[in-house]
Parts: sequence; C-alpha cells; structure tokens
Amino acid sequence: MAVVEVRDLSKRFDGVNAVDGIDLASTDGEFLVLLGPSGCGKTTLLRMIGGLEPPTEGDILIGGRVVTDLPPRARQIAMVFQSYALYPHMTVYNNIAFPLKAAKLPRAEQEKRVQWAAGILGIDGLLQRKPRQLSGGQRQRVALARALVREPTVFLLDEPLSNLDAQRRASARDELQGFQRRVGTTTIYVTHDQVEAMGMGDRIAVMDQGRIRQVGTPHEIYDDPADTFVATFLGSPPMNLVPADGGRELLGFRPEHFVPWKAAMGDEWIRFPYHVHRTEYLGAERLLYGEIGEASAVARFPANADIAVEIGSTSDFAVRRADLKRFHPETGLRLDRPGNGRRA
Amino acid sequence: MSASAGARVEAAAEPEARGRYWLDRENVLAPVLLLPAVIYIIALVGIPLVMAVLYSLSDVSVGDQSIDFVGLRNFQQALGDDIFRTALRNTFAFTIASQIIVLILANILALVLSADFRGKRLVRFLVLLPWTTPIALGVLGWLWTLDNVYSPIDYILRQVGLLGPGSPLGTSWYGTNAYWLAYPDRAQFSVLLVHVWRTLPLATVILLAGLTAIPQDVKDAANVDGAGFFRQVFSIRIPLLLPIMAVAVLYGIVFTFTDMTVVYILTRGGPTNATQVLASWAYFRGIEAGALAQGAAVALFLFPVLVGVAALMLRLARRAETV
Ligand SMILES: Nc1ncnc2c1ncn2[C@@H]1O[C@H](COP(=O)(O)OP(=O)(O)OP(=O)(O)O)[C@@H](O)[C@H]1O
Ligand SMILES: [Mg+2]
Repeated sequence: MAVVEVRDLSKRFDGVNAVDGIDLASTDGEFLVLLGPSGCGKTTLLRMIGGLEPPTEGDILIGGRVVTDLPPRARQIAMVFQSYALYPHMTVYNNIAFPLKAAKLPRAEQEKRVQWAAGILGIDGLLQRKPRQLSGGQRQRVALARALVREPTVFLLDEPLSNLDAQRRASARDELQGFQRRVGTTTIYVTHDQVEAMGMGDRIAVMDQGRIRQVGTPHEIYDDPADTFVATFLGSPPMNLVPADGGRELLGFRPEHFVPWKAAMGDEWIRFPYHVHRTEYLGAERLLYGEIGEASAVARFPANADIAVEIGSTSDFAVRRADLKRFHPETGLRLDRPGNGRRA
Repeated sequence: MSASAGARVEAAAEPEARGRYWLDRENVLAPVLLLPAVIYIIALVGIPLVMAVLYSLSDVSVGDQSIDFVGLRNFQQALGDDIFRTALRNTFAFTIASQIIVLILANILALVLSADFRGKRLVRFLVLLPWTTPIALGVLGWLWTLDNVYSPIDYILRQVGLLGPGSPLGTSWYGTNAYWLAYPDRAQFSVLLVHVWRTLPLATVILLAGLTAIPQDVKDAANVDGAGFFRQVFSIRIPLLLPIMAVAVLYGIVFTFTDMTVVYILTRGGPTNATQVLASWAYFRGIEAGALAQGAAVALFLFPVLVGVAALMLRLARRAETV
C-alpha cells in the first residue's frame, strides 16, 4: 500500500502554477527523492504533503487516509527543514523532546525515547547544549533526532544537506542513508543535486515546472530517460542530442558511450563523423568537446585510456545501437521507449 | 604630453587629494561625528545633573539663590515627609502595575495583529496613534473623557445600567457620575489607565516586530511537531520574544517612571496628594513652592532606578550583539 499518495495535486500562487497536477505514490519504507531545478515546485509539493500549504486542487493520502484538510499535527509526519529550524532557546534535549511533550507522553517515556533517538544519531553527549553551540552537522543530526523521536509514518526532508560544505555533505549523505535504512521509515527527500538523488534514492521523481517528468530507480532515470529534459538534467556532462533522419528525430547518447570507431568492436555500432575542437583533462577522466554536423557533442574517457585525437581534426566516432535513445524533436518525448504515452 | 608635464600634474594632485579626502579618515571623521552628541549631552544632561546634585546638598531657593551647603538635610527632610513617601510609593506602583498590564495586553495585541487579515496596516497605524500624539494633548483628551460631569465613559456606563442610583458604581452623592478624578482610588486608577494607554502602542509595535522576526521554519516545525495554538504561543513565541519584551518593558519603565505630565494635567497630584509621583512632587516643591533644594533632592530619588534600567538596557543590547 502507498504510504503517501498525491492525486492530481495542484498549487497556484497568484497566477504561477507552482505544482501542476501531480500524481505520485511512495511505497512502504522507500527513499523517494524529488529532484528538479530551482523553482520547479519541490518545496511546495513537500509542504503540501506536510500540511503547511493548502493545495489549490487535488488530494493527499497518508496511510490510505485522505488528509488534505487535516492540520500538520494530525498527519503523523515529521519534517526536517533546510535551515533545520531548531528551537534556539531550548537545549538539544528539549528540542528532541518537544514533539513528545506536544503528544503529552509521560515524562519517563519522553526521556527513554529522547535517549534512544540521540543514541541512534550519536548525539548523546550534546543533550544539554543549545543549538547555537553546535556545528552544522550536529544541528542536522538534532533535527533528524527530533523527527525520529515520534516514530512518524513519513519523513519529509527539504534539502537537509545544502547547508553543509562539500566534504561534510558526502559523509552526511552516507550517514543519512544508513540512518534511513536502519529505521526503515518511508522518506521523501527534496534536492536539486543529482549526485544526492542518484546516490541515495530508491526511486527518483524528476520534476520540472510543477510537473513530474519521470519516476524510476536511478538506473531507469539515467539509462532510460523518458524525455530530453530528464536526459539532459541528469549526468554531467549531460546526454548528447544529435538530430537525425532529416530532423525527424533526435538521437541521444551518453558521453561515456561515444568512442572512436577504431575502438568499436563486436555488437552493432552507429558511426558519426566527429570534429573535435577542445579537450579537457579532469584528473580521473578526459573530456572531448566537438561537433557532429551542427550539433555539439561531448565524449568522455578514463584519463588512462589511450585515445589519440588531434584537436581540429575530424574523425569517425561511434555509439552502440543499444546505447542510442530516440527522441521527438519538438515534444522531447522518447520514441523508442515502451510505455511512453502513459507517462507518470 | 611630455614626461615632465605628467610628473607636475601628479605632484599637484597629491596635496589636493589629501585635502579632499580628509573626511574619509576614521580618526578625523569619528570625532567630527561624535562632537554634536557630546556637546548635547554635556549641555542638556551633564550640567543639569551636576546642578541638581549641588542644589540638593544646599539650601538654595527661588528667594535666596546663594548656594550654602547643608549636607544631606534635604534628603532627610524628604524621607520624613508623608507626601514624599506617598509619591515614592505611587511612582513604583504606577510603573510596575502599568508595565505588567501593558505586557499582557501588548502580547495579546501583537499576536492578533500578526495574523493575516484585511486592513491590517490600517489597524496597526491606529494602534500606534496614541504614541505619536504629544503626551500633553493626549492627557487633555483624557481630562475631558474623565470629567466629573460630562465624562463620556459615565454616559456609556449609565446607558448600560452600571452607573446611577443603586447601581454597582453609584456613589452616595447623586449616583449619576463616577467622579473618576475625585476619589483617591478612582484617580489612581485613572492615572494608571492613561499610562497604559500611553505605553501600550510602542510595546505592541516592538513585540510585533519581534514576532515577525521569528523564522517561518521554526513556526512550521512547531506545527509539524504537533504543537497546538497555546503550546506554540507559550513554548515558542513568548520565549523567543523575551529579549525584545525586556526592551519594550524597559522603555515603558523609563517613560512611566519619569513622567509628570499625566499627573500634572489630570489630577495635579490630587485628590489630597493621592496620585502624587516623584516627578510631579519635585516640580510642585521645587518650582511652584520655590524650594529648589528640596525639589532637587526629591528628583534625585529617580536617579538610582534609572541608572539600573540603563545598565540593564546596555546589557541587553550587548547580548543581542553577541548572539
Ligand atoms: N508563498 C509563495 N508565494 C508566491 N509564489 C511562490 C510561493 N512559494 C513558492 N512560490 C513559487 O512557486 C514556484 C515553486 O517554488 P518552490 O519553492 O516549490 O521551488 P523549489 O523547487 O523548492 O525550488 P528550490 O530548489 O529553489 O528550493 C516558484 O516559482 C516560486 O516562485
Ligand atoms: Mg525548495
């Protein structure tokens, strides 16, 4: 059964369709990531699920129950905010205990649960501190403990790692995923960072302009994109798109699948004349920038691959037929994907 | 252009640049900007304060302006005086009572005004109005409102049956008026009322600013964490407002504690000195009765409390800086 389900959900802010008719269901215990560019409506969708924003249209179900008109506290959810939103005047202990006090749990039970949550997140030693005496990573763990302590049906997380520096973020990603696996609580996680989404999500819902473009596992999203938006939003550098068949379709392929014709062996390969105008050495890998006809295309190799390409020259490159995706040049939809037409 | 001409231009520009930019240098600019404030404080605060201390230790009066020192005699006399003791008690009572009432009302008002409703700006403006009115004018308005015969409050009370022969607020005279300023307890109540009316707007606006400064995320978090309305008010909003509430109260204390206008216009300290406060008593003694030394001594009793309040304010300001 779906833990969280939204049906034809919309939110209009004076003329802007922040969320535009979304259908989405999360399954029990999964880590579902909402991924999309800035301003695509991720936060708005999450706040509607949490009950902080009333939808203009549509319904929200949690645990099979319609909660569209219920206040946040009747929804059995916990939320972690980008700013962590700790209560600055309370100690860490009181921050974590706050949801329990609101639920009027007996004091002894409160203490037991706070200790349990603090133990899971390794912040037992910080319980008497105030939030301003904590580092960013510690604050994030307090916010998680406060979310965990009530044993909610769902965690809603809005870019909880965006306040951390790059190094902390990698380890926090690891911790957060491990934590979610341990407690097994259904999680909806908002981010605009594709690395976070690919690395943590059981499934990813890719959003653009208030709509969902595709829902699927990281593999499906990356290897089998539903349209050119998804194809170019994920992957860096993004998928190459080259017009073919007299402009009646676009051929898409990942830079790592684009190799010199000489290196192409076995299978069935499609050949392209490739004009290289620049190379970039990135330590672990090497990128070639160039054109196929008018369209620009990028090729990616491991840095130690023995590729001899002259800048300014045109040579034959190739892509496995199996690695080519075909898109409609106007709608951007995949032409060769079973099930396209009844998109999520 | 030749090289020597270029050098000449450069040499000429050097002293001029220094002259033009002297105001940009902090060691010049700081004293220049501070000077007016320093002059102002010395002339209007420092000198009068020193004079007051000198006067209070002497026997100077309007009739005899020679300063002969008499030690602490003026203070002893003041302390032995019943009216002075009433004034001292009243000053504290009015200040404390009015600020407690203001604190409660301002919290409620700020909560209401922070909600989203049509005409919010207009209501906020109206709430702030009493504070922008010159205090003397406002009190004159109250003098009429509380008039022994024509008081509109009495009129309303009569209409709803609270005033008149045999009614709860009726008096033994005619029973048709409350005589707000004629009975000691009612006069004290009236003075208190005007002080609350006077300091409530600023406190409300300060608290309102504090409320809007609470991050939306924190309010949302409290919502999601299951806090109902009262828990949100008492566990989140009020504790987060405490520092700014202290600021509002300290302002209110200074206003009320030092104010003589309300008492002077409304009751002139009466009836029979029942509403006398330190500031008004200092004025009546020192200026109207001509006993300058006595008046100065009475006024100086305000000093320790104000120093304490000022110290508290500075500490709050410093805490706000370090957080
Ligand atoms: N309270 C509001 N009033 C008016 N417009 C709003 C409001 N909140 C969001 N919007 C608009 O709705 C759209 C979606 O906003 P939202 O905050 O959901 O984006 P987001 O995907 O979370 O972006 P980001 O990654 O930058 O956080 C934006 O165009 C935004 O300007
Ligand atoms: Mg957002």
